[in-house]
Amino acid sequence: MVVDSDIDRIFHALADATRRDIVTRVLQRPHSVSELAAGYAMSFAAVQKHVAVLERAALVSKSRNGREQLVSGEVDTIGRARELLGRYERLWHARANAIDALLAAENDTNNEN
Amino acid sequence: MPVISSTRDPEARSLTIVCEFAAPVERIWQLWEDPRQLEKWWCPEPFPATFETHDLTPGGTSSYYSTGPAGEFQRAWWATTAVDRPHRIEFDGGLADNDTKAPDPDGSMHGVVTFESVELGGRPATRLTAVTVFDSVPYLEKMLAMGHEEGSKMALNQIDGLLAEVLA
Repeated sequence: MVVDSDIDRIFHALADATRRDIVTRVLQRPHSVSELAAGYAMSFAAVQKHVAVLERAALVSKSRNGREQLVSGEVDTIGRARELLGRYERLWHARANAIDALLAAENDTNNEN
Repeated sequence: MPVISSTRDPEARSLTIVCEFAAPVERIWQLWEDPRQLEKWWCPEPFPATFETHDLTPGGTSSYYSTGPAGEFQRAWWATTAVDRPHRIEFDGGLADNDTKAPDPDGSMHGVVTFESVELGGRPATRLTAVTVFDSVPYLEKMLAMGHEEGSKMALNQIDGLLAEVLA
């Protein structure tokens, strides 16, 4: 369950290109942190920090597999962020339809005269 | 449907909507400039908006409230930051305190709306592009909680009803 105060953290976490790339990769399949680090021109520690930011925003979760830590994507959280903008999108559809209805009513009046 | 494209960008907290309307740019501009026309579509039924002040010039401010069928009442504000009549409007906006009319500290949004002359079926028409950026996501949540969402659904249902009548 994602509450309001978490939402800013989600968007902040997703504002970084490397972190978005990590999310994309771990949504396809879980990756170990060392596997992830091999894909970027930055230190293992820097990648670990990015993973920690994503984990605090509940965009990824970590689990232990023997000696390795596996990072997996949290589909529900990403869906929540998209859903918010989707709701605002529906408001704009309603506005556009209301404008269209006003223009149509105006045309009818003009045609009657 | 008048909306021809919409793009959600969760990372940038922005939404871009492109619509086309079968009326010249000057007519569509009036729908934004005249408060009596603006309040007919800004907050769709059953949460209509009433603009107490509206000044669509650079530095102009607007104050409005939305009411709902169960007695909901919410004030909001709008500050026009740039205008190139009748091609472009930029404004900031947000919810306001119902008593003091002070801007809600939780955040605001920034809107950039452009109006472009196009042709639809050989007649003058308008392509409207509205980009909205929210400075905080909790604010977006709060604004949606105002009842806009239910209103949107009802407005869409009304349109569907009209279409059904026309097609019958």
